[in-house]
Amino acid sequence: MATNNYPTPMLDVLEEGPWPSFITGFKKLRDEHPDERIRNVINGLMGQLEHSYETKMGYWKGGTISVFGYGGGIIPRFSEVGHMFPESKEFHTLRVQPPAGNYYTTDMLRQLADSWEKWGSGLQTFHGQTGNIMFIGANSVNFQHFFDEINEYGWDLGGAGPCVRTGMSCVGAARCEMSNCNEHAIHRRLMNNFTDDVHRPALPYKFKFKVSGCPNDCQNAIERADFAVIGTWRDEMKVNQEAVKEMIMKKAKEIGKEGDRSAGRQYMFDNVISRCPTQAIKLNDDDTITVDNGNCVRCMHCLNVMPKALQVGDDKGVTILIGGKRTLKIGDLMGTVVIPFMKLDNEEDYERIVELAASIIDFWAENGLEHERCGEMIERIGLVNFLEGIGIDPDPNMIKQPRNVSYVRTDGWDEAAEAWFNRKREEKAAA
Amino acid sequence: MAAPEMRDPIESGCPDGFQYMHPVMRRNYGLWAYHEDPRPGVLVHVSKTGEKIWTVRAGTQRILDVFTLRKLMDIGDTYGDGYVHFTIRSNIEFQVADGAKVEPLVKALEDAGFPVGGTRNSVTSLSHTQGWLHCDIPGTDASGVVKSMMDELLPEFKAWNMPNRVHITTSCCQINCGGQGDIAINVQHVKPPKINHALVGNVCERPSVVARCPVAAIRPAMVDGKPSLEVDEKKCICCGACYPPCPPMQINDHQYTQLAIWIGGNHSNARGKPTFQRLVAAGIPNNPPRWPEATAIVKKILECYKAGAKDWERINEWVERIGWPRFFEVTGLPFTKYHIDNWRGARANLNSSTHIRF
Ligand code: HEM
Ligand code: SF4
Ligand code: SF4
Ligand code: SF4
Ligand code: SF4
Repeated sequence: MATNNYPTPMLDVLEEGPWPSFITGFKKLRDEHPDERIRNVINGLMGQLEHSYETKMGYWKGGTISVFGYGGGIIPRFSEVGHMFPESKEFHTLRVQPPAGNYYTTDMLRQLADSWEKWGSGLQTFHGQTGNIMFIGANSVNFQHFFDEINEYGWDLGGAGPCVRTGMSCVGAARCEMSNCNEHAIHRRLMNNFTDDVHRPALPYKFKFKVSGCPNDCQNAIERADFAVIGTWRDEMKVNQEAVKEMIMKKAKEIGKEGDRSAGRQYMFDNVISRCPTQAIKLNDDDTITVDNGNCVRCMHCLNVMPKALQVGDDKGVTILIGGKRTLKIGDLMGTVVIPFMKLDNEEDYERIVELAASIIDFWAENGLEHERCGEMIERIGLVNFLEGIGIDPDPNMIKQPRNVSYVRTDGWDEAAEAWFNRKREEKAAA
Repeated sequence: MAAPEMRDPIESGCPDGFQYMHPVMRRNYGLWAYHEDPRPGVLVHVSKTGEKIWTVRAGTQRILDVFTLRKLMDIGDTYGDGYVHFTIRSNIEFQVADGAKVEPLVKALEDAGFPVGGTRNSVTSLSHTQGWLHCDIPGTDASGVVKSMMDELLPEFKAWNMPNRVHITTSCCQINCGGQGDIAINVQHVKPPKINHALVGNVCERPSVVARCPVAAIRPAMVDGKPSLEVDEKKCICCGACYPPCPPMQINDHQYTQLAIWIGGNHSNARGKPTFQRLVAAGIPNNPPRWPEATAIVKKILECYKAGAKDWERINEWVERIGWPRFFEVTGLPFTKYHIDNWRGARANLNSSTHIRF
């Protein structure tokens, strides 16, 4: 038992209530961990945190440290109140890249816990909002040892600073019937092609890849990734008409009207048919469904309501949106569609998506201002200049609507129109 | 003194997840046909091959200590198959190939204090940021706000009471690492940074600090004969972005931090296009250790949403349908000049129609 614990009356309150309490975990480390170093570090941390709760102030400041050979991947933290709580005055966080899809075996997690307890504070997070495993609280003497040890058995640092950041991918094909692509392969292909850009921050600012296997976008890629990959399909949705009929009767039962077919149909009208954003789905008199696939925008709603009855099509691929980000500096931006559809079946396709990412990062590295996200650069220079920079032709799927301000020079119109017709002819010939 | 010999890193990057994936999932990768929800917190996915995998989802405290991590691993080994997955909101998921293992696994988790739930139309765990525990510009704590709020929302985590899923996020400053949520609890700093002019010249690369400001409120200046920076306090929106590159521009302040609540962030494309969250309440006291005022507003919004929304409507869709005036009416929240956007492109957020409900 540690003897001189800092008092924590405010933190103690956070042990009340039924949700798992991080404070209870901290106390266990502080009071029961066999290693005195950990007991002390957590005692200091709790002292500082209590002090923050009392004074409503944060007391960490940054600095610069990294492991040998890299330039980033660690968030250095030095305490401004180290004289009061010297045990945790250095409390750096290592950002470690998780496996694609965030899968672990219990053995692997135990191995990580053993290493972290040997060198760090014994606190970790699965995962940060960027997707890293965060090992919170190593001092300047130990972080290199911890990294060396876990690096030997398969783990590597993620990004911090102006660099390619750790990627994220959804559960996808591993356990989700909505999946349209091999999320994990895409994630690893993209990330591991830019390993150097992850470890040695040299870009204007952060650059994030996120992969979601369908437009439900469980990884929040469109809103939060500079390079969002969203799985989709372009042929017909698959309908299991028997399952539609079953669903109608099942719904009737769920709403307390067992056997009442019209109640089940009413549920379908209220929750599926009238909710389709493009009125592309119709319920027929015989309880079958007809989908107008040419007008379906693959929003996923009807598939979410009826996962057994409806399934994505066979001609799968991805949509790519560029430039999503959060508030700093010009406000939140969603990604913009740059590639409406791309097949990802074979080696060549994968090379193409990696090349696209490389040309976007190169163009932004050359033209972005310091601390300017890719989406902000697009806003500043205009989408057309960006598209020309990366060699992509304009496509009406990139916009919500054509321009509405008349101040525009159109003296290159004829060539642009000709390029469009040529492209259409080529597409037709290729089809 | 000879330099110590350093080991070169192995730049292995992102590890392959297949080596850690449940064998049933490995075998059925890309072959899933449909899923069902046997009870809150439990999913069963059925493959085209006929194989099934059950998932049990539980809430955690996100900042895990090694003891808690090992306790979860023990449960996974004794009651599960030894494979786990973490969700984007720090829920842990256990996968088992045998449906008979589900109930004992649920019981073991609940007995150990990890609530099972967070699937389908529930309020799942809050995603959260660093806060006082680790960040350098936090206006408040993140782990504490989340713990306090989840204590109160637990019944909604464990049930399917909501019209559709509810994602709640937190951020401990306006930079907003927490992201978009159906409900977002974010901290606002409300006073400009206090500048320690004696230090700026030595510590800060002045041009890059000037460049960091989103509203061009920072100017180079000479103060007491030393190069420093000054802030046009009228322009400053107190984002704190100048602090990390220039710590003498202190944004942390014990008095001038408040919580604000935003709603309607929805990243899915289902039905409508993805939407950003909108400010609904600010000026909420930053009141550790329990922040009861913020929790009360969140609960009120959830109550109104539950009462007023149709099945499958997310919060943004519910408000779009009933209109913002009605939203403020039913929740009893005040509408103020601060709700009216004045950032770039703000007029797109003003009403240019006569679509008005009376
Ligand atoms: C100008 C400053 C900053 C901006 C614009 C910013 C923005 C962000 C954003 C948007 C995210 C979420 C990313 C995502 O959704 O993928 C994030 C994550 C994060 N931020 Fe910041 N942040 C800033 C400063 C800081 C500072 C000073 C800290 C100090 C600790 C910090 C710590 C973190 C951490 C730990 C994460 C999670 C990382 C992970 O998941 O691996 N950020 N940041
Ligand atoms: S994004 Fe789509 S494919 Fe991925 S987990 Fe979510 S629903 Fe499944
Ligand atoms: S996926 Fe969306 S757009 Fe397509 S039919 Fe279903 S509800 Fe309509
Ligand atoms: S939201 Fe702000 S205070 Fe919180 S972790 Fe992000 S940058 Fe730090
Ligand atoms: S707090 Fe933000 S707005 Fe204010 S001066 Fe600093 S960077 Fe500019």
